[in-house]
Amino acid sequence: MVTKRIIPCLDVKNGRVVKGVNFKGLSDVSSPVELARYYSDNGADELVFYDITASFEGRALFTDILCEVARTIFIPLTVGGGINTLDDFDRVLKCGADKVSVNSGAIKNPDLIRDAARKYGDQCVVLSVDAKRVGGQFRVFAKGGREDTGIDAIEWIKNGVANGAGEIVLNSIDTDGVKKGFDLEMLSAVTSVVNVPVIASGGAGSKEDFVSLFKALPKVDAGLAASIFHFGEVEINDLKKTLKENNINVRI
Amino acid sequence: MIAIIDYGVGNLFSLASSFAYIGKDARLTSDVDEIRRADRIILPGVGAFEDAAAKLRESGLADIVIEEARSGKPLLGICLGMQMLFEKSYEYGEHKGLSLIKGSVKPMKGYITEGLKIPQIGWNSLSFHGEKSKLFKYINEGDFVYFVHSFYGADCEDSLIASTEYGGRIAAAVASGNVYGTQFHPEKSGEVGLSILRAFCEI
Repeated sequence: MVTKRIIPCLDVKNGRVVKGVNFKGLSDVSSPVELARYYSDNGADELVFYDITASFEGRALFTDILCEVARTIFIPLTVGGGINTLDDFDRVLKCGADKVSVNSGAIKNPDLIRDAARKYGDQCVVLSVDAKRVGGQFRVFAKGGREDTGIDAIEWIKNGVANGAGEIVLNSIDTDGVKKGFDLEMLSAVTSVVNVPVIASGGAGSKEDFVSLFKALPKVDAGLAASIFHFGEVEINDLKKTLKENNINVRI
Repeated sequence: MIAIIDYGVGNLFSLASSFAYIGKDARLTSDVDEIRRADRIILPGVGAFEDAAAKLRESGLADIVIEEARSGKPLLGICLGMQMLFEKSYEYGEHKGLSLIKGSVKPMKGYITEGLKIPQIGWNSLSFHGEKSKLFKYINEGDFVYFVHSFYGADCEDSLIASTEYGGRIAAAVASGNVYGTQFHPEKSGEVGLSILRAFCEI
């Protein structure tokens, strides 16, 4: 059977990998190229490469850094950040991305998902959603988690999949950076309504959090994290060994 | 020199990069002379069968690939490139393939266990069939490779060299003489994938 995937996320600003607690107080960590190569050599199943500032400052991705990453790693690569048009898809795909993640771009222009899926195939289009509890509802947030769009996240995701999103990255703002585990409640609400791969993001603090995730929600396909991997708090190979000991199917 | 057939389908950046990484001279090309001069040919492909097969024919490259393969030149089809090696595809209709390997392409829907996600996206392990293929010289049974597909190679028992399990047995790799095909993406399968490309360069 296809394995559960462990995915380090490289949030990039000005060519450097950063990771903020609850998206604030960013701290410089390391070089994207070095980190990508390290992860590719040490058990990562896939990499997500986000330009986290692009959505609100309109910064274009540093295409040369992206190309260099794609020349260095031979595992699937998802690219996001500032993806607003089909030209943006084209630009990052030509640099070696396999999948393109849309977030604010799809909020601004909901047709983007359908148009991109028609042109590049569903498997290429990832809908990334930053969601937070507001008044008993899971609400979609835009602009790097700072702006409440008023959109219901579950409906948004259902529509996204109907329009051709081939994969969902669900990032819970409520658990992001807290390191006390993934947002199982929010993830469960999503996996019960879609039948495309769902990638859990936000909240991983230990190996056990990944075990709990896959045990509690077998329909979740992958776990994504950043700082715990970048700072070496969790080693991916070691994490996968623990998952395997818990009868969770992983690539070792 | 390895010719990676460039017929306007899909993203060939990673494929070209992986050959560069293992120190092999590979060129993206649609030039007939260059393809004829090459020692080996890679037939890539993503997207829809009908569209890709039409582009390959319209560019005149389908005949060249068939001729070169029949003359004994090692050929490796990847993903949709593998599927095009078969006689026909039932992907939204019925379409003619290159007929270099006996078999056809059918939808996974209705074949695999109901409820499983389609496409199969992710890493899955290989089971070898028959005598270990030269393509797998540097890898082991059980190694993981990366798949993205909604259709599968059917009726290809005679050429099956590896399979994977996804709610049913799926053809992962096929071979007939000098013609090889992988349903998975070696250029996205980490060290295992690079080892498969390296082995292909030595066939």
